[in-house]
Amino acid sequence: MLEARGISKTFGPTVALSAVDFRVDEGEVVALVGENGSGKTTLMRILAGETQPDSGDMSLDGQPYRPAEPKDAHRSGVALIHQELAVCAHLDVAENLVLGNEPRRAWRVDRAQIEAKSREVLSVLGHPDLDPSTPMRRLSPAVRQVVEIGRALAGDAKVVIFDEPTSSLTQADAERLFGVIAQLKAQGRAIVYISHFLDEVERVADRVTVLRDGVVVRDASASETTRDGIIRDMVGREVGGLYPRSNRVPGEALLTLEAFAGASLTVHRGEVVGIAGLTGAGRTELIRAVFGLDRVRSGLVRVADTDGWRPPEARWRQGVGMVSEDRKEEGLALRMTIAENMALPRFARRRIIQPKREASRTAKWAQELRIRCRDVQQPVSALSGGNQQKVAIARLLDADADLLLLDEPTRGIDVGSKAEIYALIDGLAAQGKCVLMVSSYLPELFGVCDRIAVMSRGSLGEARPVAQTDAHRVMEEATR
Amino acid sequence: MKKHANLIGLLAAWIVVFAIFSYFAPNSFPTVRNLETIARQTAIVGFAAVGMTYVIVAGGIDLSVGSMVALVAVVVAWCLRAGYPPEVAAVAGIAAGGLCGFVNGWLTGKLKITPFIVTLGSLTLLRGLSKGIADEKKIDAPLTWLNQLLAALGPHQRWMLVPVGVWMLVVVSVLAAWALRYTAFGRHTVAIGSNLQTARLCGVPVDRVRTSVFVVGGLCAGLAGLMQFSRLSVGDPTVAVGLELQVIAAVVIGGGSLSGGEGSILGSLIGAVIMTTISAGGSHMGLPNWVQEIVTGLIIVAAVALNRWRAAASLGEAGSV
Repeated sequence: MLEARGISKTFGPTVALSAVDFRVDEGEVVALVGENGSGKTTLMRILAGETQPDSGDMSLDGQPYRPAEPKDAHRSGVALIHQELAVCAHLDVAENLVLGNEPRRAWRVDRAQIEAKSREVLSVLGHPDLDPSTPMRRLSPAVRQVVEIGRALAGDAKVVIFDEPTSSLTQADAERLFGVIAQLKAQGRAIVYISHFLDEVERVADRVTVLRDGVVVRDASASETTRDGIIRDMVGREVGGLYPRSNRVPGEALLTLEAFAGASLTVHRGEVVGIAGLTGAGRTELIRAVFGLDRVRSGLVRVADTDGWRPPEARWRQGVGMVSEDRKEEGLALRMTIAENMALPRFARRRIIQPKREASRTAKWAQELRIRCRDVQQPVSALSGGNQQKVAIARLLDADADLLLLDEPTRGIDVGSKAEIYALIDGLAAQGKCVLMVSSYLPELFGVCDRIAVMSRGSLGEARPVAQTDAHRVMEEATR
Repeated sequence: MKKHANLIGLLAAWIVVFAIFSYFAPNSFPTVRNLETIARQTAIVGFAAVGMTYVIVAGGIDLSVGSMVALVAVVVAWCLRAGYPPEVAAVAGIAAGGLCGFVNGWLTGKLKITPFIVTLGSLTLLRGLSKGIADEKKIDAPLTWLNQLLAALGPHQRWMLVPVGVWMLVVVSVLAAWALRYTAFGRHTVAIGSNLQTARLCGVPVDRVRTSVFVVGGLCAGLAGLMQFSRLSVGDPTVAVGLELQVIAAVVIGGGSLSGGEGSILGSLIGAVIMTTISAGGSHMGLPNWVQEIVTGLIIVAAVALNRWRAAASLGEAGSV
């Protein structure tokens, strides 16, 4: 249905795509995978008319297809569902569904027709009970995404491109999304599915296309590919054990919680403790309260020998550091440089900055964590997601934090960077540091942690050694 | 080199503006005397722009500087009339500015209202306060050395090049530029303007930094008010209406971003000089005021457009794939 041949694109000296062929047929789900920076975002944006290729051509239904802007793509029936939800929070569901494409009667917007159309689209998506006049801001991220998919359907898209659709969804909502995708497929639409989660890829894809450094390195039917094979193609090397595990020796207790933000838990030096659970179960709230970003007065929180709630500046001084789940909004100041971002917590203590010393110190971290950058004076926004996340983590290393609070430390980053972060966490624990991490990705919790506790409806269960629990049990506890 | 591209561009823009006026008024415009006049006329906006740069880099805005300048001028005149020595009057004036800044910053943090609204309130409030203190009249004050701060230089003082007030502006600017780059306070200012959430996450005492930034803005407005008094030698509560817009324009021409995180003290100063040069040149050529206003308006928009275009170009080159 949609075919691209010999697509090339360069940004200055960087080659994003070189002679890429890509095809998706009707009633087919093609998974597009690759590390961050492999060019899949660029390819997707070219398909959706958000950017133009330097060379190569595309066809849709046998006709030449050359979208000059997203509107053209939309009109031709190619819809892109963005990773960051692109909905207007102040408009209602129906208004969002037809945004930019409002049916008119004379010069007025035809509200009755919009509502009818909305109902039809929502029931196709399995949400017949959602009132089209509900304001968007009252909806959960999952339902917002349904509305965004609905927008593609309302525009009668023939090709629907999903960019990391599950990164902000809970397991249950992801399940529902897979149902919707199956439905779209059954209706004969062509689907492009971009994801870092290979288990999802295995589930939904009919065909897998792997990009590496702007080149297609594999294009094969899903039944002929294995997960290890995909990973090998993505990183271009064997990933020897994604989850290394050195000999960790638990030491003294560094963090003690008693009925604090719904949790009672003790975390020791040399230990990695994971918090599993669904989005909205209170995991992020717990981490934020421990770090002092949100104020919680009840219960007991003890870091080393200090009792009681403290604000973030005091936590940093105690040797506590945190990585936020939201890299763009909170984790990093994107327009500031790599060096400035890494060194920011230090200035809580130092009055005068020595730029040379700062540059050499942060350059050392950049090298150690293999952050791909020209130099540390580049703005963080110029880095790929995985490298940005490494900058956020380097901040804790630079501050020499003993207790690391990591909220979704590998969200939305490529497998190669993930592997490096897992190795880093393992190394820190082996050095006697203490890690408390929240993750929605169970395989990584089981791979990295010594103990796992499950948060459900605002309260944290018992932390069990990984050997004494399994994914099934964790999911059961989480959904209870 | 790239880091200074903005400043080089601004200087070039100023030289172009200066050259144009010099071409049209070759006898009176490109003179040392005229450069001194431009420097003197820049001092008031310049001082306020130094403080405003901090406020804007921190992601805020201060609409009340015009009223602050009037209040400070009134306070200085009031002290002098009451018989206090000029040193006391000057300190009281600057402190009044700092206090106004503190209240602006403190309210922004405590009430969680955006600086735009808080300072929109104090814009009116402080104007009223100045009028109240002055009893709605100009306050006449005895002549002191304060009046010399911005006076045209006499024949025996030519070695100074520019009056003391302008030198004070130079010293304050250098200090402010150094502090913005090389102190924790400066870095924190950039951080809260660039991303408030990240700053909080990194343990930056956000409320304290924001309040301090507004105090810096207030102290600079205090110095601007002192210069205003020096120039008029009376405490006029109706002076400097709309000054805040010129000050903001200077910062924005100088590369400041109203969404925070960006701005340069030197850039803001050049921005202020460019605006003064246009108005000085306009009067030299006998251009009517409305022409000057149109030109200044165009320069503001053009400068910002150029800045954005430059930023987009450099990002596109370094952008991620």
